[in-house]
Amino acid sequence: MSDDVIKTDAVIVGAGPVGLFAVFELGLVDIKAQVIDILDRAGGQCAELYPEKPIYDIPGLTVVTGQELTDRLMEQIKPFGAEFHFSQRVESLERLDGGFRLVTDMGARLECKVVVIAAGGGSFTPKRPPLPGIERYEDISVFYSVRKMENFRGRDVLVVGGGDSALDWTLNLAPVAKSLTLLHRRGEFRAAPDSVRKMFDLVEKGDISFKLGQVTELHGADGKLTSVTVKAPDGTSFEQKTEVMLPFFGLTMKLGPVADWGINLHENLIPVDTAKFETSEKGIFAIGDINTYPGKLKLILSGFHEAALMAQQAYHYVYPDKKLIFQYTTSSSSLQKKLGVK
Amino acid sequence: MARITFIQSDGTERVVEAEPGMTVMEAAVKNSVPGIAAECGGACACATCHVYVEEAWREATGQPEQMEEDMLDFAFDVRPSSRLSCQIKVTDALDGLVVRIPDKQF
Repeated sequence: MSDDVIKTDAVIVGAGPVGLFAVFELGLVDIKAQVIDILDRAGGQCAELYPEKPIYDIPGLTVVTGQELTDRLMEQIKPFGAEFHFSQRVESLERLDGGFRLVTDMGARLECKVVVIAAGGGSFTPKRPPLPGIERYEDISVFYSVRKMENFRGRDVLVVGGGDSALDWTLNLAPVAKSLTLLHRRGEFRAAPDSVRKMFDLVEKGDISFKLGQVTELHGADGKLTSVTVKAPDGTSFEQKTEVMLPFFGLTMKLGPVADWGINLHENLIPVDTAKFETSEKGIFAIGDINTYPGKLKLILSGFHEAALMAQQAYHYVYPDKKLIFQYTTSSSSLQKKLGVK
Repeated sequence: MARITFIQSDGTERVVEAEPGMTVMEAAVKNSVPGIAAECGGACACATCHVYVEEAWREATGQPEQMEEDMLDFAFDVRPSSRLSCQIKVTDALDGLVVRIPDKQF
């Protein structure tokens, strides 16, 4: 958290492939950028959903994995020195005289001339199990992330899931909680084998318990959980007493606060024009999967094209008195200087 | 062509025609069958195309592979008949397949 306001030319919301390439296209026209992403690393869906999956339709690359594409883009944009703000979400966007101010949920404040929304399918948020009435318990006794371990000191904690998040928090909270139970639908885990081993060690020592099953009902009052009903693999049900439940079922994409920024939306997508990729708000652009226009295809390569055209228009906001001359990286010595190859 | 019946949690049925080679998820999405979100587009990376295969078809559709079984950890109300529909390839042998769509995909 910082009181300092970061001043820059452009803020890019989303560090997926299209957001990353926007750094490149903006950089070529001398626009400095800062990038914000909810994930703890670059790549967006390519990093979160498909790091090892092949992509076959990036021009010039016969096949590339999501992670490899991310790594290559990070390498390509290196000369432009964009600063990244990971693990945070833009909460608010307000218009200033001649620009914008964005504030993240971690308290970072950025002021800029143009905003580029490259938020893909929205921000990754934890999945909420569709249990009846769960919203009444959220942030009181049901949590999808652990911000402060101290909040769980001396409490009965139920961790649900079998992935890395579930296992990591089981191990971290075991010494803090009064009691800790890990609940998972099966005896196998997709988490790191080392974490699984450590978890079973704690079970053997009697520090925590591990049970098989899936939560079907929540019980309690005024947001305070007292127990949950669990369906065991054999079809029988049992009650599990607990004060706190931490369900870890992966992430899903939600549009999030973008919906409150005063931009016209159409079915959770942002309509743009196809010359500038500007939204209904001047100076706010939308590129990649989050935008919509006649003929739109949700392809990474389309997002790259959109980034290039967006940068042309963004230039006029950042340098209103200058004329932009179109140049090729192949032949322009000034572009090559920016890329650090000359 | 294989005919696939999708049954919603409220009992509504939809029969669609699927070409061999496509996945059951693709057959649903292509025909706008509600309840199959398929957020990741079929990469077995999101568990939002979860279905329950009707008992009579469980042998023909086979067992989930390791990756699919792992991803089912991220689905809700997983049962022995649970599958991710993006991992069921349509073949002529699946003509008549019946799958149920869970109440919620999360």
